Amino acid sequence: MKHLHALGLGAVTALGMTALSMLPAAAAWEPTKPVEFIVPAGTGGGADQMARTLQGIIAKHDLMSTQLVVINKSGGAGGEGFLDVKSNKGNPHKIVISLSNLFTTPLATGIPFNWKDLTPVAMLALDEFVLWVNAQEPYKTAQEYEAAIKAAPDNTFKMGGTGSKQEDQIITVAIQKALGKKLTYIPYKGGGEVAVQLVGGHVNSTVNNPIEAVSQWRGDKVRPLCVFDSKPLPYTDKIQGDLSWSSVPTCKSAGLDVEYLMLRGVFMPPGVTDEQVAYFVELFKKVRETPEWKQLMKDGAFNQTFMAGDEFKAWLEQSETTHKGLMQEAGFIAGN
Amino acid sequence: MIVDNFINLYHGFYIAGDPFNILLMVIGILLGVIIGVLPGLGGANGVAILLPLTFSMSPTSAIILLTCIYWGALFGGAITSVLFNIPGEPWSVATTFDGHPMARSGRAGEALTAAFTSSFVGAFFAIVMITLIAPLVAQFALQFGPAEKFAVYFLAFASFVGMSKEPPAKTIVSMMIGFALAAVGLDMVTGQLRLTFGVTELLNGFDFLIAVIGLFGIGEILLTMEEGLEFRGKAAKIDPKVVWKTWKTLPKYWATSLRSCIIGCWMGITPAGATPASFMAYGIAKRVSKNGKNFGNGEIEGVVAPETAAHAAGTAAMLPMLALGVPGSPTAAVLLGGLLIWGLQPGPMLFVEQAEFVWGLIASMYLGNVVGLILVLTTVPLFASILRIPFSIIAPVILVICAIGAYTVNNNVFDVLMMMVFGVLGYLLKKTNYPLAPLVLAIVLGDSAEEAFRQSLLGSGGSIAVFWSNPLVSTIMALGLIAGLWPLIAMGFSKLRGNTTQPA
Repeated sequence: MKHLHALGLGAVTALGMTALSMLPAAAAWEPTKPVEFIVPAGTGGGADQMARTLQGIIAKHDLMSTQLVVINKSGGAGGEGFLDVKSNKGNPHKIVISLSNLFTTPLATGIPFNWKDLTPVAMLALDEFVLWVNAQEPYKTAQEYEAAIKAAPDNTFKMGGTGSKQEDQIITVAIQKALGKKLTYIPYKGGGEVAVQLVGGHVNSTVNNPIEAVSQWRGDKVRPLCVFDSKPLPYTDKIQGDLSWSSVPTCKSAGLDVEYLMLRGVFMPPGVTDEQVAYFVELFKKVRETPEWKQLMKDGAFNQTFMAGDEFKAWLEQSETTHKGLMQEAGFIAGN
Repeated sequence: MIVDNFINLYHGFYIAGDPFNILLMVIGILLGVIIGVLPGLGGANGVAILLPLTFSMSPTSAIILLTCIYWGALFGGAITSVLFNIPGEPWSVATTFDGHPMARSGRAGEALTAAFTSSFVGAFFAIVMITLIAPLVAQFALQFGPAEKFAVYFLAFASFVGMSKEPPAKTIVSMMIGFALAAVGLDMVTGQLRLTFGVTELLNGFDFLIAVIGLFGIGEILLTMEEGLEFRGKAAKIDPKVVWKTWKTLPKYWATSLRSCIIGCWMGITPAGATPASFMAYGIAKRVSKNGKNFGNGEIEGVVAPETAAHAAGTAAMLPMLALGVPGSPTAAVLLGGLLIWGLQPGPMLFVEQAEFVWGLIASMYLGNVVGLILVLTTVPLFASILRIPFSIIAPVILVICAIGAYTVNNNVFDVLMMMVFGVLGYLLKKTNYPLAPLVLAIVLGDSAEEAFRQSLLGSGGSIAVFWSNPLVSTIMALGLIAGLWPLIAMGFSKLRGNTTQPA
């Protein structure tokens, strides 16, 4: 349970590329009207930022003959957006970006959809999670912070996170398991707000995605303790003083055996043709080659795994099982 | 420090004063006014739609265009509120309370002039504040945790209680209906759905804009139909000199303006936003003004107070976005997305590393608001004359615009139906003399207030003492209690004085 293997990465990136190289011949279909890009989350969050960046890149480099229009449908923890795509059977002019709520929302709320109701297109990247504390706290390493939590009574330390029964709280529950101490989890609406609450000292720590907290780190307001991945991040550009993303140790190496990565993937409605899926896979491959996308990946310290086709489906299958297990154990399943 | 700011600002004016940038300002303001006039479209949507167009520009030009759309939308929101009782934007709701009665008595031009001028004053005050004390202000915003935020919402509700002419019991009923509607949808704290009864359209809860368009816009049309298919403001003369005439009367209200400026800046920074700011400013102005009893019947001060505060808040909301990366309004959230695409990382370092961009933006706020004021004031006679169009022609147009607006909010036909239901509800409530304002206030702030309350209690382990745990939160809570109990206090005073007249 300690290994949150929502990740089946590694050397699979190379495989994904080979699988894609045979697709261009089939990409005869093209959109004939503007394509709606559904964001099942509010404006300003990680998924929204990525969708709007994609929109910008595609418009700037003229990668699509029609327009891409971003629409936020955040109701019911994103359920509104997914249901909209599910009910648009066979409509190739609609795509949706996903967060972990692809798995957690149906489980936590009972809203009737499953990733199998949609047509998987491609995994664009995986988002990392980092354990942050306020820069004025005395804890310089994850070990020191863990020791402080262990030494104090239950619920002394407050963990801020985005939403309830979603990725941030899942990680918090896993940390509690690993340390054998309870934390007080306080949910907020968005990741940016969580980061500011940490700067203001209203919570003790957060598990913000890199892109949500990087500006506060640059301003030396918060300190990253460890990253919830199996290996350190590869990005070596200096961010704060001499520190870069690559200088953040893994949580496992710091004695906190928790791993979690979040899917940033694209899906289409059910019943679309293979040519239509292939068109978007090709589109996103072109996007990945642009300097703007590379910059976004670097700024947000993303894990750049790309997948499509059967490989992506297999990954989704495995990730769904993982989330079910995690949610069950945490008591987050609806109707419990 | 402040001297540095002025040198930076001077450079900023040099950048913003570029003819191309001035042209962008004019285009932006005009687009924004149109967006603000159309209910539902909203500044946030407008900016989101136009964002991709700006990627080929320099970041400074792009943000000048987009922020000017935002200023334009702030200006434009007042137009439909005054003319048709339809708030184009959430923060214009309070403007309808006195703005529309003014229009009905043939003073639409005056009301619009007052609204636009107050908007300008509010925005200008906020920009000066940003110029002078930006770093301090960012520091202040950081003090606001859940408990402090709840205290602010509490103050907003409290300053509103007892301000309507209707009986207090009806005000409370109306507010409670609003809270119940606000509770529909996902409960953020537990991650559970509430009151959706398995209806997927209710997942998102009741959008505030749908409720407002229905309650005010459709409700008003129903009432007008009953009253003889005629706008009572029809007699409005088109007087090009109305602007000057109104300006002569405005300096009288300097105290209300200043108070509203401060309320607005504070709400914009914390970030509670422009909507609570406008309500709070209206509520307090009504309480304090010697014309308070006449509020709601077309008092110009009742237009000045909410418009000033809304604009001060809307402008001040840019500051937390730039300095902390936390948007103070939905539009600011979309702009934030834009900043990231241009490769600008908002946050503590933005002012240091991108000084040219930041000061160019601040300078463009000065210029953009001046340009905006001139543009919208020239349109006052034009807009006022809309009321001369026969009702039978304009009413269907309004209905269609409302329907489009309701659809645009979430791209959902269900919302158009909901708007109709709210319209009938609005009509019934008005007929039975229930005030709409508390209902609207509860829908717009109920969710956030509940959230902040529960976050505070989670953090304190369930202890109410958290709302008195530091000087800041205690002060705001105390102010809230005084504001909420003011009718009783006032009654006590007048009893003591042996005064039998109606308490304010």
